[in-house]
Amino acid sequence: MSTILKNVSKEFDQGKKVLDNVSAEIQTGEFFVIVGPSGCGKSTLLRIIAGLTQISAGTIKIENRVVNDLSPKDRNLTMVFQSYALFPFLSVWENVAFGLKARKVDSLEIESRVNDALKMVNLEELRDRKPRELSGGQRQRVALARAVASDAKICLMDEPLSNLDAQLRIKMRQEIYALQRKLGLTLIYVTHDQVEAMTMADHIMVLNDSKIQQVGTPEEIYQHPANEFVASFFGVPPINILPAQKISEAILQVNNDFEVTLPHPIEQKNVRVGVRPTEMKIVDTDELHANATIKAVEFLGDEKIIHAKMNHGGEVSVMVDSGAHFSPFQNVEITADAEFLIFDVEGNNITEQGAMVHA
Amino acid sequence: MAENNNSLIKRILTYVLLIALALVILAPFFIGIWTSFLPTMDIAKGDLFSTNLSFDNYVAAFTKTPILRYLANSFVISTLTMVAQLLFCSMSAYAFVFLKFKGRNFLFGLFLVTMMLPFEAQIIPNFQTVKFLGMLDNYSVLIVPFLTSAFGTFMLRQSFKQTPAELKEASDIEGLNHFQFYWNVVLPYNKISMITLGAYSFLGAWNQYLWPMLTTFSNNSRVIQNGLRQLQSEETFNDWGMIQASAAIIVIPTIIVLFIGQHYFKSGLNEGAVK
Repeated sequence: MSTILKNVSKEFDQGKKVLDNVSAEIQTGEFFVIVGPSGCGKSTLLRIIAGLTQISAGTIKIENRVVNDLSPKDRNLTMVFQSYALFPFLSVWENVAFGLKARKVDSLEIESRVNDALKMVNLEELRDRKPRELSGGQRQRVALARAVASDAKICLMDEPLSNLDAQLRIKMRQEIYALQRKLGLTLIYVTHDQVEAMTMADHIMVLNDSKIQQVGTPEEIYQHPANEFVASFFGVPPINILPAQKISEAILQVNNDFEVTLPHPIEQKNVRVGVRPTEMKIVDTDELHANATIKAVEFLGDEKIIHAKMNHGGEVSVMVDSGAHFSPFQNVEITADAEFLIFDVEGNNITEQGAMVHA
Repeated sequence: MAENNNSLIKRILTYVLLIALALVILAPFFIGIWTSFLPTMDIAKGDLFSTNLSFDNYVAAFTKTPILRYLANSFVISTLTMVAQLLFCSMSAYAFVFLKFKGRNFLFGLFLVTMMLPFEAQIIPNFQTVKFLGMLDNYSVLIVPFLTSAFGTFMLRQSFKQTPAELKEASDIEGLNHFQFYWNVVLPYNKISMITLGAYSFLGAWNQYLWPMLTTFSNNSRVIQNGLRQLQSEETFNDWGMIQASAAIIVIPTIIVLFIGQHYFKSGLNEGAVK
């Protein structure tokens, strides 16, 4: 019982591939997030699952049924649009009831389902308002109520929070998450915001350049990224990636600026090393021992982000306590802890590959 | 101080100009309505400032002439034309926007071409057709040629195109068929354009003159504009007061339509649909 995508590809008329050989299994009842930079094909993938866009190749199965040629309504799902897609001439109540009426649900049942849905998103008092009389967050809730009122077990959301301000986004994020758990919905959620993906998802699919980069739990994706793209897409500030050379069996020289000890031998000579800003060490030093110069310091409250320029090119960011004293143009020495990722020249993560070979 | 004076002068000049223009434009209306209350003898003498005001002309218009019949004819024809145009133009506009078929753009081009051809140029072939069909001097001759209009289709198509694509997609997911989407979403969403086209086609039919003059000959089907002309006979003495009163009566529906229409021309009716 799940939604299965198998080798799904989509080409538009001009021969441009929007999705290339995408396969994944989405478990029933899970919160599945599709994330990627804009233009990576994530919205197209969602439309394909909804049936609004036809696929060029591959199969889609929902609950053991191939739905390739099924119209959207027969796929038994609901969708929340980025722009909410409310009917401006209908009241809140009628907007929520719209789909049920179209499906000719019994009027008593419509009444109770719509009322329940409105109660669930706290819109009972606004039931007679028109969408234009609502705030952005309230409109968003109407769109959610529409999905809640439907008996479809799969709900698709296309960047539903991107039109809200930061405060409201955090609040709605929690509300959507709570609703999904309460109703046991299979939620397929598209976003470009890696924080949304990390905080809500059971599983994340990372798309880039029309291809799947990685599918996994938030922990897997953060701690064991499949490649450089995934590593740099997740985490704020983003991971620092610097070129490195193997100078002996166990030592990597990073950017000619500092050295790290390899946890296990690797085959490649030229690699790239990724260090999270929290795993970098920074100490004040004199000009002679310095390997970097601070460019800017960002104060975040309980932490500070130091942006520094390495002596041999490249920039890094380092997280430090807000009590630490650093100022622009200061000479510092930056090194890395034991925790770092190694990528080959193609960008694939080889951190653990070596361990497996030599274990 | 000087700047204040300048802006005051500017304002005075603007208002003087506006008042002058308003007088030029509105004077004929006011003179027409004023004279409709005066006895024809006074009008004939040129005594426009007479004080013998009365409703006699209106009473005469209703009792001595078939103006009521003309009004009813016009009303029925205009209403039917309006309803038919709203229905058919919106359906064809829907097809041009939401259905994908071969030759869609070509067909739409043909529609536009018919708009370029003035109606006067089509009158002779049209007259031959309706004569052949035996429709002369009948309501149908005033309605059937105007059941749809290229302009209406064009106007509604432009408006339908503004309907957000998300509403179509949301309706697809709820399983609405084309007719349900057309009726439950597209028409209400484009209410303003529909009202505009309705007012336009009603008034267009109401104010027709040339075509009914050619195709109707009896009081049974004569419309009001031609009826008004009929009151102004050529040989006998013209009762100008009564003709003015009739003209005033004819204008009333136009004013009502504009008044009702204006009520709907509020901006922001579709706010909150998307974003």
